[in-house]
Amino acid sequence: MQGLKMVLNMIDLTTLEGKDTPGKVKQMCYKAQHLHDSYPDLPTVAAVCVYPSMVGVARKELKGNIVKIASVSTAFPSGQAPMSVKLEDTRFAVSEGADEIDMVISRGKFLAGEYNFVFDEIAAIKEACGNARLKVILETGELSTLDSVRRASDIAIHAGADFIKTSTGKIQPAATMQVTYTMLMAIRDHYDRTGIMVGMKPAGGISTSKLALHNLVMVKEVLGEKWLSNEWFRFGASSLANDVLMQIMKTETGLYQSPDYFSMD
Amino acid sequence: MAKKTTNKSKEKGWEYAPSLESIGHIDLKESYDLFIDGKWVKPSSGKYFETINPANEKVLAKVAHANEEDVDRAVKAARKAYDTVWSKMPASERAKYIFRIARLMQERARELSVIETLDAGKSIRESRDIDVPLACNHFFYYAGWADKLEYAFPNRNFEPIGVAGQIIPWNFPLLMAAWKIAPALAAGNTVVLKPAETTPLTALKLAEIIELSGLPAGVVNIVTGFGDTGAAIVEHPEVNKVAFTGSTAVGKHIQRAVAGTDKKVTLELGGKSSNIIFEDAPIDQAVEGIVNGIFFNQGHVCCAGSRLFVQESVADLVVRKLKQRMDSLYVGDPLDKNTDIGAINSKEQLEVINKYIKIGIEEGAEMYQPNCEIPTKGYFCKPTLFSNVAQSNVIAQEEIFGPVLTIQTFRTVDEVIQKANNSPYGLAAGVWTDKGSRIFNLTSKLRAGVVWANTYNKFDPASPFGGYKESGFGREGGLHGLRAYVKLK
Repeated sequence: MQGLKMVLNMIDLTTLEGKDTPGKVKQMCYKAQHLHDSYPDLPTVAAVCVYPSMVGVARKELKGNIVKIASVSTAFPSGQAPMSVKLEDTRFAVSEGADEIDMVISRGKFLAGEYNFVFDEIAAIKEACGNARLKVILETGELSTLDSVRRASDIAIHAGADFIKTSTGKIQPAATMQVTYTMLMAIRDHYDRTGIMVGMKPAGGISTSKLALHNLVMVKEVLGEKWLSNEWFRFGASSLANDVLMQIMKTETGLYQSPDYFSMD
Repeated sequence: MAKKTTNKSKEKGWEYAPSLESIGHIDLKESYDLFIDGKWVKPSSGKYFETINPANEKVLAKVAHANEEDVDRAVKAARKAYDTVWSKMPASERAKYIFRIARLMQERARELSVIETLDAGKSIRESRDIDVPLACNHFFYYAGWADKLEYAFPNRNFEPIGVAGQIIPWNFPLLMAAWKIAPALAAGNTVVLKPAETTPLTALKLAEIIELSGLPAGVVNIVTGFGDTGAAIVEHPEVNKVAFTGSTAVGKHIQRAVAGTDKKVTLELGGKSSNIIFEDAPIDQAVEGIVNGIFFNQGHVCCAGSRLFVQESVADLVVRKLKQRMDSLYVGDPLDKNTDIGAINSKEQLEVINKYIKIGIEEGAEMYQPNCEIPTKGYFCKPTLFSNVAQSNVIAQEEIFGPVLTIQTFRTVDEVIQKANNSPYGLAAGVWTDKGSRIFNLTSKLRAGVVWANTYNKFDPASPFGGYKESGFGREGGLHGLRAYVKLK
């Protein structure tokens, strides 16, 4: 139960579709604050995650709430845009009120071996973030080997990422346990060397409580208790929350309830 | 059930709830007789001994103590079954019986793994995921060979040896029974098997399965007892082949006992295997391999990677990461699925291990043990690491058979080959490097029966296993494993 509630509190409730509208985002923001009102004292999710154009809407909905607003940026999901556009994208999201920026790295450049480019880009976006925390999406499904995942993690961490994140959710495979484990070890090695903590966000494909708990166990075993809070660990997911709620109610009542009893927003 | 805790819980830490495998489904009798000639018979001495659960020191069952007379009955039954049924049966029919045993074991896999954990102290994760499935797979694998032996020994005539006397150890009780029985039956031999005195139960469950399978009476006989029972098997004049897995001291004794007879022998004995980490190795992966190499099955593994060699340039890093990893190991109730390291098999073995730990400290080696809690009841030992060790240290030379690792550093490839080979044993070795050519260089120069590259303790029925030097001779598993059970003409 403790684990399930922790999972709930670590979710970045996400909608990243071409067809997103202010209406859809408003609904999701309400859900973020009222996960399942028939069960008292549930935590909220950690954040909502939207496109930059929707940050303003979310800001209005979540005014004064502890739920943070994360915005994807840098021509998400492909990252195929000039630097100036990416910087502008980021500055716009921050000015609209984003607390967190989820940027994508230039996978094309990375695979072409232009690691300095990737590094510089992350560092520049970090600067554009100001006070917003930066999550760096590696899109591990396109990097293909764990060696590349590790190298990209190290580059992102050294360039100033506050979080490293597996995937956009648009490419499969996304957050597999092997990939997350590899990235957690990069974080651990950096911490051992410097004492600086970096956060981790697996995203895409974690839609069940069981898988989420597997991930939490991995975090505890590799990084320790310090990372077990939404300041340092997040799940990027759209459908995970309801499964966790369902499991919480099952644990509470001993009975499984129909999905119809859990609101879908 | 967590109360109204929301975000507070994090500060208290997140503990896992115990995840105990249930034991309600197993079927254990209060006492077990000897399985001879297809029947359960009382020992002629009337003597029984107790087998206990090393995790809580409670008695699990009473087991018959076979003496010379009982062994004689078992060998005679095996001889009769060999002469009248088993050697005459078409090989394809033999295969069906072996296959049936495998299937029945699979059906009872859960029960077998729980009993294995209770009797041996090994973690349920290991008995469930490794011991029992591998044991089944050995029967499946050799069932396939039974009617294809002419392809195993092309252009040669061959015949079974006869009655095989088999003595197995306590570290992998059911798996070792499978390693021994399956190839013997496939090649057309009959069997008298003696399980170890601390872990007889899964072999007796296997006897029940064999009974259920309808295997002709006397083809497999299982007699329980101590060293005297084993000696009676080895010395019995009608035993044609002796297969032993266990300590080098007993192995030497067997060698002497069969001298001057025409008994065939295979011995799988002790080890002090080297696990070698080069600077270009994937370090995190290697650390997992080191842990698996020495802490798997509480270190009760003849091929355990108990001598770790780390290239000096990465030694600090490897040791730091290894300690970190050891801190996250769970030592405790073997039935708990969270447990990584279960109970030491017996009080005697725990004393042996503690003796060596004391020697290590006295020798001036630097010891590290994680700050974990271990149960007060039962036989438990923390994972232990000794650094600052030389080849001359006793703890680097003698087999400890427990979760105790010694670390030495090296500088060059030649140096580590020399050091790794500088041991009376030669069972296994591990090599960790990203460089393929280096792997091949080492595999050809290391004097060890098995060399793993970038992995450790990896077993498969198709892969032969066995030692150099004082680690024994003969191979078990794979095509090579059949060779020990036929006479080639």
